[in-house]
Amino acid sequence: MEIDFVIEKFILITALFAISLLIAMYSTYAERKVAAFLQDRLGPDRAGPFGILQPLADGVKMFMKEEIVPANANKWLFMVGPGLAMLCACIGTAVIPWGQDVQIAGKTVALQVTDINVGLLYIFGVISLGVYGVMIGGWASNNKYSLLSAIRAASQNISYEIAMGLSIIALLLVTNTLSLKEIVSQQHGFWADGWFTWNFFKQPLGFLIFMVCAFAETNRAPFDLPECEAELNGGYHMEYSSMKLGFYLFAEYINMFVSSTVMAALYFGGYNYPGMDYIAAHWGPTWAPLFGSFIFFMKIFAFIFFFMWVRWTIPRFRYDQLMGLGWKGLIPLAIANIVITGIVIAIVNNF
Amino acid sequence: MESLSNKKKVLVPKPLSLAERMYLPAIASGLKTTISHFLKKPATVKYPEQEREFSINWRGMHSLKRDEQGRERCTACGLCALSCPAEAITMIAAERKNDEKHLYREEKYASVYEINMLRCIFCGLCEEACPKEAIYLDGPIVPADYLRKDFIYGKDKLVEAPLEK
Repeated sequence: MEIDFVIEKFILITALFAISLLIAMYSTYAERKVAAFLQDRLGPDRAGPFGILQPLADGVKMFMKEEIVPANANKWLFMVGPGLAMLCACIGTAVIPWGQDVQIAGKTVALQVTDINVGLLYIFGVISLGVYGVMIGGWASNNKYSLLSAIRAASQNISYEIAMGLSIIALLLVTNTLSLKEIVSQQHGFWADGWFTWNFFKQPLGFLIFMVCAFAETNRAPFDLPECEAELNGGYHMEYSSMKLGFYLFAEYINMFVSSTVMAALYFGGYNYPGMDYIAAHWGPTWAPLFGSFIFFMKIFAFIFFFMWVRWTIPRFRYDQLMGLGWKGLIPLAIANIVITGIVIAIVNNF
Repeated sequence: MESLSNKKKVLVPKPLSLAERMYLPAIASGLKTTISHFLKKPATVKYPEQEREFSINWRGMHSLKRDEQGRERCTACGLCALSCPAEAITMIAAERKNDEKHLYREEKYASVYEINMLRCIFCGLCEEACPKEAIYLDGPIVPADYLRKDFIYGKDKLVEAPLEK
C-alpha cells in the first residue's frame, strides 16, 4: 500500500512536471504564432511542419550560448535567482485538482498531487515567492537597470497581490472552503438549483479583479513594466545569458500556465462541464474523469490564448497608471465586492 | 491676441467619462479589432520559395544583350563607363577577327567588361547612355557574397546566355 502510494504520486508529479514544461515550451511557440496571426503574418514556420520544432531549436540555442556572469555580480545570488523563479513556478501545480478520481485497474487514483485544506493559500504563497526570483536576480546582477526593474516587479506584485487576495475573500464567502478540490467539486455540472454552478456566474466582478491581478502577477502585458525594453534595456534579466535567461523566460510562461489553471479551477469549474453526469454514466469511471481533465486543459488553453490575445492588443501602462489602477481602482472595488457578496449571501440564506 | 483667420481652435481636455475611466469598453473594442485579423490571409511572401513580382521599372543586375543572331551587341565604346556616376564599369576593347563575325556584331568589341556591384548604385545611366542597346538592368537582385573580389562581375556573369539554335 505504502509503496503503491509513493509510485502513484511519483508518476503523477513526473507527469505534471513534464506537462508544465511542455506547455511552457509550446506557449513560446503559440505566443509567436498568435502574435503573427493577429498581425496578418505567418509566424515561425521553418523548423518542421508549421514550425512545430521551433521551441526545440530555441532550447538548443539557449543551451549553446555562452554563460556570462558579470564581474561584480554576486555569484551565488546570481545563480539562485533563476532557480528560485523556476522552482516557484513549478511547485504551484501541486495542489490543483486535475480531474475527478480515476479508476485504473480497480484502483482509485486521485488526479491531484496533494489535497491540503489550505490549497488556495498555498498557491498564493508560491505566487508571492515568485517575485523573490526576480528581485534576487535583479539585485545580484549589479546593474542599475536590472535593479530598477526588480524594484518595479516587487512593488507591482505586492500591490496587486492585495487586490487579488481581497477578490479571493469574496470567493471564499461563496465556497466556504480553501481546499481547491472542494472548490472545484462544488462547481459540479453547469446548472443547479436555479443558477449556474460555476463561480464565474456567482462572482463576475471578483473574477474580473482576479484576472487583472493575474496579468499583473505574471508580468504579462499590459503590466509588463519589469521587462519593458524601451526604458530598462530588457529588465531584470538583462545581465543573464544562456539557460539562466532561459529559466527566467520559461518561468514566466509556467506562471502564465499556473495562473490560467487557477482561474479555470476557481471560476470556470475546473474539470466540470455541462452534461458531465451523462458522460460519466455512459463512459465509465476511467474515461469520463479523463475526459473531464481534457476539458480542464481546453479551458486552460483558452485562458493562455486570452493572455496572448491581450498582450498583442493593449499597450503597456505607465507606472503611475499601474499603481493608480491597483490601489485606487482594484482594491476599493474588491472591498466593495466583499461587502456586496456578504449582503447577498445573508439575504439568500435568511429569506 | 485676436485671431485674424478665426481658424484657431482652443482644445480643452475633457474629463474622462465613467465608461472611459473603466478601460473595459475600450479594451473590449480593441480585442475585437485584433481578433478580426486572426483569420485574415497573411501578407507574408515566403521569400526563397516565393518571389514578389518586380515593378516594370525595376532596375536590378545588368545583362549584356545579344542581337537576333546571337552576337554580342556591345562595341566597347565606353559611354556606359563614362556616364557611370559611381565609376563601377570598366572594360578593355579588342578588334574583331574575321572568324569571329558570328560572335560580335561590331568590328570592335569588349574583351573584358567588368561591373563592380559594390560600387554600382543601379541608377540606370549606363542603360540610357548605350547607343547599341547592349546593356540593360533587367536582372534579379544581386546576390550576397563573402569577398569583395567576388562582387566584380565579368562577362561570364553579365552576358546573356547564347540563343538556342
